[in-house]
Amino acid sequence: MSVLVFADNSDGKFKKNAFEVTSYGKKVAEIAQSNLVVLTINANDVSELSNFGAERIIKVNDDKLKNFNAKAYADVIKQVALKEGSDIVIIDSSTDGIYLAPLVAVNLEAGYASNTVGVPNSIAPFVVKRKVFSSKAFDHTEIKTSNKVIGLSKNSFGLVDNKVNAVEEDFSPSLSDEGFKVTVTSVEKTTGKVTIADADIVVSAGRGLKGPENWGMIEELAEVLGAAVACSKPVADLGWRPHSEHVGQTGKPVASNLYIAVGISGAIQHLAGVNSSKVKVVINTDPEAPFFKAADYGIVGDAFEVVPALIEKLKEFKGNQ
Amino acid sequence: MKILVCISHVPDTTSKINFTENNTKFDINGVQFVINPHDEFVLTRAMWFKEKQGASITVINVGNVSTEPTLRKALAIGADDAIRVNAEATDGFYVAKQLAEVIKNGGYDLIMAGKESMDYNGGMVPGMTASILDFNFVNACIGIEVEGNKATVTRDIDGGKEILNTELPLVIGGQKGLVEDKDLRIPNMRGIMMARKKPLNVVEPIDFDPTTVITDFEKPTPKSNCKIIDADKVEELVDLLHNEAKVI
Ligand SMILES: Cc1cc2nc3c(=O)[nH]c(=O)nc-3n(C[C@H](O)[C@H](O)[C@H](O)COP(=O)(O)OP(=O)(O)OC[C@H]3O[C@@H](n4cnc5c(N)ncnc54)[C@H](O)[C@@H]3O)c2cc1C
Repeated sequence: MSVLVFADNSDGKFKKNAFEVTSYGKKVAEIAQSNLVVLTINANDVSELSNFGAERIIKVNDDKLKNFNAKAYADVIKQVALKEGSDIVIIDSSTDGIYLAPLVAVNLEAGYASNTVGVPNSIAPFVVKRKVFSSKAFDHTEIKTSNKVIGLSKNSFGLVDNKVNAVEEDFSPSLSDEGFKVTVTSVEKTTGKVTIADADIVVSAGRGLKGPENWGMIEELAEVLGAAVACSKPVADLGWRPHSEHVGQTGKPVASNLYIAVGISGAIQHLAGVNSSKVKVVINTDPEAPFFKAADYGIVGDAFEVVPALIEKLKEFKGNQ
Repeated sequence: MKILVCISHVPDTTSKINFTENNTKFDINGVQFVINPHDEFVLTRAMWFKEKQGASITVINVGNVSTEPTLRKALAIGADDAIRVNAEATDGFYVAKQLAEVIKNGGYDLIMAGKESMDYNGGMVPGMTASILDFNFVNACIGIEVEGNKATVTRDIDGGKEILNTELPLVIGGQKGLVEDKDLRIPNMRGIMMARKKPLNVVEPIDFDPTTVITDFEKPTPKSNCKIIDADKVEELVDLLHNEAKVI
């Protein structure tokens, strides 16, 4: 038996997700008295994974898998799971991860627990804790099948340093044309900017900013912090900002270390999508704004005065670091 | 083109979430159920197919009789007929099995679902259904055009979007972007009247053992109070974020 972790990468390089699922997989393997196997597809250098407990790494390198392809990737994961006798498969909650995991579950006739937080409560029966109702609650889900797929909620476990000596092995999966019936023709990606999915810090602004011409200070605040920029739903619907920045229950989920909300009231649908962030700061003129009930730190004040002052103080702070 | 739109019946997004029976059951007391918000975007996009290039739209839900008003609402928006698979939808794999069975027998070309339901947020059903049937599948779909049996689909990815080519039969997990908020259809009086006469067929589920079972629920621990910092002393916020919260 083994625990199989799929450590995804972006253009050959691992992101934090990959280290988090590896750290998590190591812990699950310990609890289940099993061994950890980490699978990579077209990664440049897998050695970093051994800092997080990856003692066995299976490397797949194939030009056909250059672009992410959910079906083909799911087929590779199945082949490796069978070869390694893996009964627990762990996948991250990135856009690609949540696309892929249901296909892996069907491939392995496995029960699938998405949005899992924390290590299994018990192994027999196999019970995990999951976020449900848009993070307004948790449930405990028992997976009843002998094979199990876990979708690990982003930033819920963190990285655990655990340097091991890794054994690397190459594997050539058999890839049928059937796996490539959905093909990428073009990709539009903003380059050089932190994405909401990857960001440790997200700076978000709402209708309180009055108009799109006022986002300069939000972008500057984000830049000082190395943060991603986000917005509330009406801001995207009004066309002030692109839809890709809309966060909340119906937009992108946010699970950053720090979330700063400027001129956002804190409607239940907004909070549902950002509540998984560890520390929340609100800046709002209205002391009764519901966001103050959900935040850790708050400033009652006008964004047009507070944000420039905050930028200045942060620059001083960064300068002293 | 035969389109099947999967409709999930979920608590309104403003609902307070509570549990009963020792935290083992979701408390539906006072909760209003609606069409899953992602499914609304998907259904409106299906209506555009119907109006612009001709298509039939069947809506489907796996659920008990309490979900029928939600299906009727989808009929009032403009779907032609509805199917309810008469079973409790507790496990994503189970629901996908039921949908796959209906799809196999119904000859649908395009299956449009929301990327996740706003109750259990599983995000499982579209992908699992596609995988069981070996149909093509695109998740987080924010645009779709179909010509003959060829489809061009836009997918939301971290930091941008991706254009994909594929063929029918196809399953999509859709979201806002397929249509915008302002485009969303709401039922009008005529639609509601017509919906009463449209067929809503109830079919019995096939046997399949659920792969997962929810044992119980818990609510997040209540937040401690928000620390208020004076607007004239933002340096205190910088200090707290660095020394106390340790996030900068
Ligand atoms: C089905 C459904 C799904 C939804 N999904 C989402 C979602 O995913 N994400 C989302 O964000 N919303 C969502 N909403 C909308 C949500 O209900 C709110 O309408 C929305 O979040 C409000 O956005 P806002 O806070 O920017 O604007 P408002 O509610 O208008 O709040 C603006 C805030 O700015 C403050 N303000 C004004 N001037 C200043 C100033 N100078 N300085 C500082 N503060 C100032 C005000 O006090 C106020 O609190 C959804 C709604 C529905 C019905």
